[in-house]
Amino acid sequence: MLTRRTALMGAAIAALMMTAPVVAETADELKLPREKVTLVAPPAVHPHEQATKSGPKIIEFKLTIREKEVVIDSAGTKFWAMTYDGSMPGPMMVLHEGDYMELTLVNPETNSMPHNIDLHSATGGLGGGALTKVNPGEQVKLRWKATRPGVFVYHCAPEGMIPWHVVSGMHGTVMVLPRDGLKDGAGKSLHYDKIYYIGENDLYVPKDENGKYKTYETVGESYADTTEVMRKLIPTHVVFNGSVGSLTGKNAMTAKVGETVLIVHSQANRDTRPHLIGGHGDYVWETGKFNNPPEKDLETWFVRGGSAGAALYTFREPGIYAYVNHNLIEAVELGAAAHFKVEGKWNDDLMKQVTPPSPVPPDKVGTADPVAVTR
Amino acid sequence: MLMLMKIKIAMLVGALAAPVLATVLAPPPQVDPEGISRLAPASFSYRAAGDFSRSGKPVEGPLRGLGSPTELLVMKRQVTVAEYDRCVEEGACPRVGSQSGRRDVPIVGVSWHDASTYAAWISLKTGVTHRLPTDEEWTFAAAEKARDEALPLVDPADPAQAWIARYETESNRSRPAETAPQPGGTFGTNSKGLDDLAGNIWEWTDTCFIRASLDGNREQVTNTNCGVRVVEGAHRAYMTDFIRDPKSGGCAAGVPPTNLGFRLIVERPGAAVADAFRKAVKLLRRA
Ligand SMILES: [Cu+2]
Repeated sequence: MLTRRTALMGAAIAALMMTAPVVAETADELKLPREKVTLVAPPAVHPHEQATKSGPKIIEFKLTIREKEVVIDSAGTKFWAMTYDGSMPGPMMVLHEGDYMELTLVNPETNSMPHNIDLHSATGGLGGGALTKVNPGEQVKLRWKATRPGVFVYHCAPEGMIPWHVVSGMHGTVMVLPRDGLKDGAGKSLHYDKIYYIGENDLYVPKDENGKYKTYETVGESYADTTEVMRKLIPTHVVFNGSVGSLTGKNAMTAKVGETVLIVHSQANRDTRPHLIGGHGDYVWETGKFNNPPEKDLETWFVRGGSAGAALYTFREPGIYAYVNHNLIEAVELGAAAHFKVEGKWNDDLMKQVTPPSPVPPDKVGTADPVAVTR
Repeated sequence: MLMLMKIKIAMLVGALAAPVLATVLAPPPQVDPEGISRLAPASFSYRAAGDFSRSGKPVEGPLRGLGSPTELLVMKRQVTVAEYDRCVEEGACPRVGSQSGRRDVPIVGVSWHDASTYAAWISLKTGVTHRLPTDEEWTFAAAEKARDEALPLVDPADPAQAWIARYETESNRSRPAETAPQPGGTFGTNSKGLDDLAGNIWEWTDTCFIRASLDGNREQVTNTNCGVRVVEGAHRAYMTDFIRDPKSGGCAAGVPPTNLGFRLIVERPGAAVADAFRKAVKLLRRA
């Protein structure tokens, strides 16, 4: 017996068969070797070569969009996030100059909104935004060529509500490495032993009349109130990697004395000023683009909203380092602080407590004052 | 500010009078029926609070055997929003924080000054001296809930190791998932019948921060800073006295307490304290 249900299923299958040839793989006209990358959540970055001897490739990535409620601080404040692959920021995607990225963007039907992706590293088509709009239940595949080396922001850009999607978590970073790796200004090769990827979010969480953060049944219901808070330009939270304290305590980043770490800092919406308390930026691409010589020995670097920057640092002294947005109000009161735990041998030459805190000696002017004695 | 200073003096008088008081055996005071526990005298071990050094190198504070010479009367639960609000309504205590609206949960977001002001006010209302506990008293009352904060021993030539060890200890502590204040009893009752010690609220004590050097068994205090008080909870911390939100009171790389609240010690009225108490009352009235 043909029920209404089976009839519908039959229709659905027929539709699928009809459309199948259209959405199938297009012929690979590029005839380049392909490589598939499995992405990892920040602050980690998927394994990659720094310099490569191989020729250009097509590198395949897949990002799945997830709308979900997350907790953004230790008080349990809930927030409707929109994410690439479930993390804020979305995963970093690494390739080399001259490579092609073939990106599959999936919008599962459990989501409620259309999304797309604008890659600042890509050329044309609104960074891909014009060619990647996917409704819930759809996916799209975009190929673009990496023509400029650097770290670049990617973000969602749906018409009419771009800033809302971006400050709700839909942003990430692409790193295009020069084929022969990073260099200082004099052409000397630079290497990193480790890479950490930090995405900074300014969050705008609506409050009720009693000053309590509001919660919403769905992401859509939070839109109007959130936009109102956004328009005042004062974030309620400024956080690294999705929540206050996401990179502290057990989740603190680690390094050893002598290790060189590349710290990539990405901010899709608002200016920030990373600073490593107790350390420096040995080589800093403040604007994040590797064809420019890196600046040396920086104390704080400026990352413009809508860009990513990269800092290379070799740790010289063990201990706990705070890595902050050096608008310290944003770091301490709003959440933009992370920690590095650095193991190794203490170097007295760089720093030593000559005398521990002890009482101020009594004023002996005219008696034991060495100046008075020699006179 | 002037008012707070006066109350501080009043509290100091109360605290000084305490040891004298303890020996006076007066009839038990009429106190809030809902919550004073009487702790029988007993001996206990206590890790001294503060920064200690030996030959110029940081060491853990000395562990001491102490005895509570007499009964200690202490609140079973932390001071609640409802209790604190009465003091606010009478204009004696400052209104603090934005609360969840619940009145049966402990008051949090209070500074040492707020807690001390409340103690002075409730003393005046009841005619019975209430005060913050000393750190020794809190440790005695907390019993098995008090955590000995001895630091892991490290190579004294390498300050970073102690630092990292402390950071790891703090990071590995299990913390209650719930950060909002919970109704009394949520975090359990200890062997002395007191509730919610070392839950998600750190309690103010009256003990000042000290720096001391140790030489054999001799201890020399080189600095006392009463602008910083000991707070006790899941771990011991030192907090600037006007801080209400502990996240702002911590350093750049540590794990701060979750909430600041308090419970009080109740003194038996006696001749010595009555005098000190009257002085405190006078000070309050003038303020
Ligand atoms: Cu989107």
